[in-house]
Amino acid sequence: MSTPHSSSNVHDRAQQALADDFLRKAVHFTTDRLRNKKQAVTGEFGNWEAWRERGQQIRQHTIAHLDYYLDQFARHLEAHGAHVHFAATGEEASYIVREIAAAKSAKRAVKSKSMVTEEIHLNHHLEEMGVQVVETDLGEYIIQLAGETPSHIIIPAIHKNREQIRDLFEAESGEQLTTETRDLAAFARRRLRQEYLTADIGITGCNFGIAETGSIALFTNEGNADLVMNMPKTHIVLMGMERVLPTMSDLEVFAHLLPKSATGQNVITYMSIVTGPRRDNEADGAEEMHVIILDNGRSRQLGDPDFQAILHCIRCGACLNVCPVYRQIGGHAYGSVYPGPIGAVLSPLLNDGETYQDLPYASSLCGACYEACPVKIPLHDMLVRERQRLVATGHVKPAEKAAFRAFRQVFGNAGRYQTTIRIARRLQFPLAHDGYIRAKIGPVAGWTTSRDFPALPKRTFRELWPELVRKGNGRG
Amino acid sequence: MKVSLFITCVVDSVFPNVGVSLTRILQECGCDVSFPPQQTCCGQPAFNSGYTDEARDVGMTLLRAFRDSDVVVSPSGSCVGMIHHYYPQLFANDPQLHQAAVDLANKTYEFSQFMVKQLQITDLGARFPHRVTYHPSCHGSRLLGVKDEPMQLLQGVHDIEIVELPYATDCCGFGGTFAVKMGEISGAMVDEKAENVARTDAEVLVGTDMGCLMNIGGRLRRTNRAVRVMHLAELLMEGMQLGKAVNA
Ligand code: SF4
Repeated sequence: MSTPHSSSNVHDRAQQALADDFLRKAVHFTTDRLRNKKQAVTGEFGNWEAWRERGQQIRQHTIAHLDYYLDQFARHLEAHGAHVHFAATGEEASYIVREIAAAKSAKRAVKSKSMVTEEIHLNHHLEEMGVQVVETDLGEYIIQLAGETPSHIIIPAIHKNREQIRDLFEAESGEQLTTETRDLAAFARRRLRQEYLTADIGITGCNFGIAETGSIALFTNEGNADLVMNMPKTHIVLMGMERVLPTMSDLEVFAHLLPKSATGQNVITYMSIVTGPRRDNEADGAEEMHVIILDNGRSRQLGDPDFQAILHCIRCGACLNVCPVYRQIGGHAYGSVYPGPIGAVLSPLLNDGETYQDLPYASSLCGACYEACPVKIPLHDMLVRERQRLVATGHVKPAEKAAFRAFRQVFGNAGRYQTTIRIARRLQFPLAHDGYIRAKIGPVAGWTTSRDFPALPKRTFRELWPELVRKGNGRG
Repeated sequence: MKVSLFITCVVDSVFPNVGVSLTRILQECGCDVSFPPQQTCCGQPAFNSGYTDEARDVGMTLLRAFRDSDVVVSPSGSCVGMIHHYYPQLFANDPQLHQAAVDLANKTYEFSQFMVKQLQITDLGARFPHRVTYHPSCHGSRLLGVKDEPMQLLQGVHDIEIVELPYATDCCGFGGTFAVKMGEISGAMVDEKAENVARTDAEVLVGTDMGCLMNIGGRLRRTNRAVRVMHLAELLMEGMQLGKAVNA
């Protein structure tokens, strides 16, 4: 899961994002809108905490019995005539898709709704073998034209404003367009319609696979996924292995949780459920259906009490919309296909901790993500556990280690602590002015670059204490 | 009631006046206040950075200091949250320490939580004729669940004008070591927070966690904004003094 950005580190990418006013304004604008709508909708709906509890229970149960439900899911899919493939890695999944494309002599593919295809860089692999891939979700289409990657898991073009989108569409069409939503959407619709008709393969993701029926449920707002899975002769579904739900009545719960959390919509515009390829008595649908179930680092979390719950995630993006770090730097700064709090936790886990090691630190641990998460994943605790892991496996800077060794020495004993404060009080003398420190030196420069730091006062509380207790106690 | 103070390292070393105010208020409310001197810090800076052993050694100072206390009160929702949520697991390997950790968690309260829930006091007779805005710190409100208590105490103050802080629940960017380690991102976050504080035209920014207030205050000062930054205990104490003077 490498990305074009993974050579630099999160600091450099964050700097770049922070300097980009367009990006920050666009991200502020959209995340504000999404979280306000979510708050209004969930408030109106009522009992939101109870719904979250229910969502968490269902996901907990499903992931705890994932082998059972996956097996059931696969058997039902096959009974409906779909081909089921299990892929251990991204390369394997991508190989399976290429084999299918080769067997069909495919020239063109249309795609909808799949972060998993981003995870395995499928477009790139298909284009290498001469298959042209067109993204049909409006947001994905925009970033495909821009030659970029998604910066949000459900609003991939969140970092683009209207003007930028108009420019991209004008360059593509040679037409003159306005920045009106209606105009822009109309152009995309005109343009993409042709693609569905000529595509050999339709590729989609899967919001939920229903084990009891062998169905694939997709949530979209543009209706394009229906065209992608029904118009071309072959439909390929790519899904993470954790995306199953036991029953249709479980899906009902998530039909509430997902759109309300993701975009603050009461219901999704299109909830499409497809169960196998076209049957003889049916008018439409793909002739052939393949479902590729991807592991790619997921099963490693099973049985790990620290991280198994990350598989409960339904990729709603709510944690991104409330994250104060994401708000400042947007998605690309994370350097991973999955940005924001979920990305900061998930990316190192999917990659066995060897890459994305700086992501667990890109959080102030404020817990807004946990509070927003419809299935109550304790992302903030997981970030700390990932940091623990990095410390335990020696993936930290010696200076940091030394600093915490000193912290233990000093703060592990009240006497040593007091002595240290006394010394620090004297040492700070040349740096402090008007009771504050501004000097950008050593490890505190991260702080003093943007804010003042209060100097240590003449006396600590514990030095004032004898006086306080003499005067105060026994009153009242 | 016998109350032990867990004053926190930040208040002890940088903001002793918060501790003084807290002590006086509790004394005024009839508490017999003690300060066990073995305490240093809850260990959160190490814990949040992944240094569990270091955090445990530092946390031990609290287990020892408050072994015999009935009730522990602290001016930081973040440090109390650390004790409530993480001490039991941090000391899980040793049955005795684990028990001590659970006991400590059960008897430790954040200041406003203690005032409202335990003492059931929201009106201290304080008077504070100023325009005030309140920043709810993330750990206290979100993780410890102390959401309404600070506001209840502020609403009990006479002559105060409370203005709502836009984006109040957004993190200020403190996050302990985050502010240093991810200085640029943290700086952008606190800039937005300080900007929002300034937009309220408040004379005073009040909160319940000195880490966050030190962060926001540092940014306000750097950008030359004359907003006074106070811990809730300081505001109440000052208000009580004024209240007394007016009534006398
Ligand atoms: S972690 Fe929770 S909030 Fe974030 S995308 Fe997953 S389900 Fe949504």
